[in-house]
Amino acid sequence: MALLDRFPALAGVDLSVESGEMVCLRGPNGAGKTTLLRACAGLVPVRGSRAEVLGYDVVADRRSVRRHIGMLGHRAPLYRDLRVDDQLRHCAALHRASDAEASTAAERFSLDGRLMEVAIRRLSEGQQRRVALACLTIARPQLWLLDEPHAGLDCASRDALDDLLGDAVAAGATVMFATHETGRARVAAARQVTLAGGRVSADPGVGSSDDVA
Amino acid sequence: MWREIWLICRKDLTVERRARVTLIQIVPTVLLILVVFAFAFDANPSLLGAGAGGLFWVAVLFGTVLGAKRSFDIEAEGGNLDALRLGGLSPAAILWGKAAALAIQMAAVALCTAAGLVVLFSVTVSDWLLLVTAAVCGTAAFSICGCLYGAMTVGLRSADTLLPLLLIPVAAPVLLAGTRAFDVALGTSADQGWSWTALLAVVLVTYVAVGWAAAGPLLEDA
Repeated sequence: MALLDRFPALAGVDLSVESGEMVCLRGPNGAGKTTLLRACAGLVPVRGSRAEVLGYDVVADRRSVRRHIGMLGHRAPLYRDLRVDDQLRHCAALHRASDAEASTAAERFSLDGRLMEVAIRRLSEGQQRRVALACLTIARPQLWLLDEPHAGLDCASRDALDDLLGDAVAAGATVMFATHETGRARVAAARQVTLAGGRVSADPGVGSSDDVA
Repeated sequence: MWREIWLICRKDLTVERRARVTLIQIVPTVLLILVVFAFAFDANPSLLGAGAGGLFWVAVLFGTVLGAKRSFDIEAEGGNLDALRLGGLSPAAILWGKAAALAIQMAAVALCTAAGLVVLFSVTVSDWLLLVTAAVCGTAAFSICGCLYGAMTVGLRSADTLLPLLLIPVAAPVLLAGTRAFDVALGTSADQGWSWTALLAVVLVTYVAVGWAAAGPLLEDA
């Protein structure tokens, strides 16, 4: 059970994900997708049940797992007054990444030239999302938790994101993302899990595939 | 730990360098408080001189309320605090990094306030060492206290009103001891200035101890 304040937002989620797997969470609004992602990140307390993420018991200690997680929520976690290069430099310092890694991440999402010197608050929603994804790339997480990752991105950036997630999975990382974009989800994800009312209502199981590409 | 504190402090100072909120918004507000008090006391030089120490600390306290609110607003926006947690930073490092950055910004506010007092109220300093020591201890204490309550109210809808309601009463000992020490340093009182500064130091150490104890619970579940 995962608690949001005192409200049990998740109750009855039985889900096992292998490392290197890509899982797409689907379900109506309020189904518990975001809460499940936040619980996996150790940001929401889990009580009265067993929950293990990357080998860490997040019921007993939800802090230890966090440094291995990369998460992108509905809103991009960015400092709006910083310039793009300031933000990337901060992310690189936070995750002990080199300047070269930061530059590579920026290039991957076409963040170069004049754009690097623009204040984040002046960027469009999609551009801000690209900066947040570059920060996530810099973090090199073992578990990627993404909430509506394609929202606000143009076609090229969506493709870049899919390539990034594909590369992450190929490198052994695990990806879980929530989306309402069925088409994109079916192309990108190998396993689709449906949530409803804080429970898993449909799950084809570990390693299952639903390729429709 | 020091690396993490420096990381947060540098980030907050970079945000300030880009946005200049302290320079453009907080400093003018604080100076306006001095001007308003000058009007309220009918520009009476002897009255303003006698109350200059208290006015300084009232102005810096209001500056700290604004600075602390701003410091945690930028973390609440878009889930930046979660991003710091996911970066593996300890709650204590986040709190002390933010307190250090706020203290540096409030030191600038205190300097501008002191300059305002000299210009508007024509105060003269009789003991610089006492003045500077009291100002450093008091500004640091305000900043730590501001960050503690900033962390407590971050993300709350009522944070705008709750932060000053919580912070000002708890910062009252600093206001009291700082005013007494400043009165002596400005030559308007023959009190024991260093005793009041020692009290300021004790309050500062108490806030540091509370900060160490409270950082985890405050920032873990904020």
